[in-house]
Amino acid sequence: MLNPDVVGRTYKGANSFTVTQESITQFALAIGEPNISVAPPTFSISISLAESQSLLQESGLDWTRVVHGDQRFEIHRPLVAGDSILCSSTIETARVVAGNEIVTVRSDLFAGEELVISSWSTLVVRA
Amino acid sequence: MTFEVGQELAPHTFLINRAKLIAYANASGDQNPIHQDEAFAKSVGLENVIAHGMFTMALAGRYVSELAGGSEKVRDFSARFTKPVVVPADLDVELILSAKVSAVDDGLVKIDLTAICAETKVLGMAKATFLA
Repeated sequence: MLNPDVVGRTYKGANSFTVTQESITQFALAIGEPNISVAPPTFSISISLAESQSLLQESGLDWTRVVHGDQRFEIHRPLVAGDSILCSSTIETARVVAGNEIVTVRSDLFAGEELVISSWSTLVVRA
Repeated sequence: MTFEVGQELAPHTFLINRAKLIAYANASGDQNPIHQDEAFAKSVGLENVIAHGMFTMALAGRYVSELAGGSEKVRDFSARFTKPVVVPADLDVELILSAKVSAVDDGLVKIDLTAICAETKVLGMAKATFLA
């Protein structure tokens, strides 16, 4: 179970993630997207979900039982090669439904002071 | 392209197979073995290897990008993972994306998406907003 104290807290990622052309190209190729001048709309999941995983594991959650429930991206502009991104994560809600723990994490991706993408991941921890 | 409320947009079929799951795992960093290893997937009670929910959503995102006229126009994109996409070995599984315009307002187009695999909706409440 997640420690209830963590709900509502915001954690600033310690390490920045640099978006490379190679990582955009690899992601685009994997989904058959011909345009590699910007990152595809769901590209940022690899940044935000990695941050969510480390945050939730530190908060006592068993990641091996986690299933992705839903996902939203609010994109102010697409990520581009050269962006240096810091991810700030907030556990917005945590509740138990039918024995499964359901956690919503908001991830705000900043390039310097600029908020580039906000995303929300609902993660279900199977009982 | 101009958009009107209620307009049905041309569907697109994507093919998903094991090789594509491995390519997505490498591109996204999600190396969970349930998306690659049949024995492991079955050992945790799954019917077979399943696609990453985020791979299905990424393909839906590519469909949205095409409709929008470029990834850079996509402003909001959300979906619920309702059913797994099961991917047996040596098979191309069809994922059929379609969409309907729900609103056109203030330079933004909103669409509702449908993603069907094996006659089952695999995404729920799938919506996107892009610049007109």
